[in-house]
Amino acid sequence: MAAVTRTKRARPRTQTALLTPRRPKLWKLKLYVAGQSPKSIRAFANLNVLCEKHLQGRYQIEVIDLLEHPHMARGDQIVAVPTLVVKLPQAVRKIIGDLSDTDRVLVGLALQQVG
Amino acid sequence: MTQKKRARPPSFKALPKALTGIQGLDEITGGGLPSGRPTLVSGGAGSGKTMFGLEFLVRGATQYDEPGVFISFEETLPDLAKNAASLGFDLDGLVAQKKLFMDHVRISRSEIAETGEYDLDGLFIRIADAIQRVGAKRIVLDTIEALFGELPNPGILRAEIRRLFGWLKDKGLTTVITAERDRPDKLTRHGIEEFVSDCVIVLDHRIREEISTRRLRIVKYRGSTHGTNEYPFLIDEHGISVLPISSLGLDHAAPATRISTGIDRLDGMMGGKGFYRGSSILMSGTSGTGKTSVAAHFVDAACRRGERCLYFAFEESPKQIVRNMRSIGIDLEPWLRKGLLQFHAARPTYAGIEEVLLVTHKHIASFKPNVVVVDPITNLLTVSTLNEVRSMLTRLVDFLKTLEITALFASLTAADGFLEANEADISSLMDTWLLLKAIEVGGERNRAMYVLKSRGMEHSNQIREFVLTNDGLRLLDVYLGPEGVLTGSARVSQEGREKAAGTSRRQHLEGRGRELDRKREIFEARMTMLRAEFQVEEELIQQSISESKLLDKELLQDRGQMVRSREADASAYRKNGSAPVARPR
Repeated sequence: MAAVTRTKRARPRTQTALLTPRRPKLWKLKLYVAGQSPKSIRAFANLNVLCEKHLQGRYQIEVIDLLEHPHMARGDQIVAVPTLVVKLPQAVRKIIGDLSDTDRVLVGLALQQVG
Repeated sequence: MTQKKRARPPSFKALPKALTGIQGLDEITGGGLPSGRPTLVSGGAGSGKTMFGLEFLVRGATQYDEPGVFISFEETLPDLAKNAASLGFDLDGLVAQKKLFMDHVRISRSEIAETGEYDLDGLFIRIADAIQRVGAKRIVLDTIEALFGELPNPGILRAEIRRLFGWLKDKGLTTVITAERDRPDKLTRHGIEEFVSDCVIVLDHRIREEISTRRLRIVKYRGSTHGTNEYPFLIDEHGISVLPISSLGLDHAAPATRISTGIDRLDGMMGGKGFYRGSSILMSGTSGTGKTSVAAHFVDAACRRGERCLYFAFEESPKQIVRNMRSIGIDLEPWLRKGLLQFHAARPTYAGIEEVLLVTHKHIASFKPNVVVVDPITNLLTVSTLNEVRSMLTRLVDFLKTLEITALFASLTAADGFLEANEADISSLMDTWLLLKAIEVGGERNRAMYVLKSRGMEHSNQIREFVLTNDGLRLLDVYLGPEGVLTGSARVSQEGREKAAGTSRRQHLEGRGRELDRKREIFEARMTMLRAEFQVEEELIQQSISESKLLDKELLQDRGQMVRSREADASAYRKNGSAPVARPR
């Protein structure tokens, strides 16, 4: 289903201080892209860097190329690409754009307070 | 589509058009929306944009074999299906038949965060997928501007929407883009009309004098002629219907066949044959002059011929009309039961004039009558101005003529004496004008009728009195006396006088005849007597003649014997020669 799937298992829990009960233990991230466009590539690269830095070992990225799986756009209500879909316990977040604004991505992932 | 298409303008060839199937719209656009191009449909909240889009797709799929895609940015699919069902469209059925694909693009600002450059490829891919699934030729984007509310960065959005329209055009899809219009000076909230250069239609829903009317206007249609007026339209259980106020041409057929008015002598007043089929007849008169009765005769005659009649009653209920007409010997009940006659009764005040006439229009289109009666049109004036009534009637008359439907319009005139002036405007639309009049003479009121005009046929210039009897309406000659037209009792008394005079004349004549007979008898008797006398005399004379002849002969014979006996004297007797001698030889 996914073009690229990367899974990194968490190391022994030494960094639990970062986690609050409202955050998932495993971050399942879905990145919707349309082909290998510069924006898509940029978004994927940005996402990797960000996850390595903040969610090391606790994330799973699924990259979905809509050109190959057009019907999947409907399921997650994708309009813009790239869109990063994160299912947080309290809500679904859609982070659109090439993820170059790291602060806003972190806010979107509820990893950082607004401001 | 029940409405007959008119000849399209020449520009049709230049710009291919896609028929919408929306009643009346194809007529004013001269063949539909620009094929393979986007059309913007803009209007305020509740103006019918979504319905427009839905009907465009449903008609396309069911009537023109053009499957469609509906992309909703606002309403959910179950809501849309429910709304469409109220127009009689089965969206789910069409979806199951793969003639329609519906997609609801639902995004909510609260769950969106923008973190850099993006594009709408996701939407493009969804649309492309949808198009491919049904092989769509038509697509509706229902309020794409909703995206502006949900997605950040309007600059990117505008550019992407522009790209989307261009892309749809490249794909050759006939597109309807709806847009919300919240200010009268702007067509759309975010100015997307800039990207749609081919055709722009504005829908409007306004309330005037507590009566709501929907209107449609074609603001722009590049490369095509189109009606530029505001056209009233209606959304009901059969979808949208648009009524052009004035039709594009006067090209209806003019049948030469005639149909009876249902009243023998009225037929007689029109060359003995009645109305032309497909003509429009105005019948005006003050109240109580018998308009409905004349109409009932007409309807009855039509039903007897097996024709279908549609009766719009704006004043009385159908039951009341049926009951009242029974009193003059017309039973409309059987025709109702047979389905040849249909009544539509409503007070026009329940809706605007457009709606009334649209409803009229729709009933005509669905019942397909041969004869239509509108009783009375003047009630429409209570909800509108004369001008509006005239323009709507023009439209109705044209429509009826196109379908070759004979229409009788009853018109109630004010009893102030200006009977004809009030309707001069309307009458010019009509082919035949019957005037019913109340004539007040000798303390009573009687009904009279005449044919004021009747295009293209001989018609009587006589005023006829008509009386409503137990077995129908009868036209009578009126008497013209020194005091003018005599009707009612005056006519009856005149008739009486004439009858008396007639009787005495007849008696006189009979008397003279008998005198003559008597004289002839006397004459003949005398003749017989004279002939008898003459015969007697003749016989006597003949007898005396023959007697005297016999006498002469005998005398001669005697004389000869004497001569022979006296031979000596024979020569002397010969010399004398005084007497002829008849000698026996």
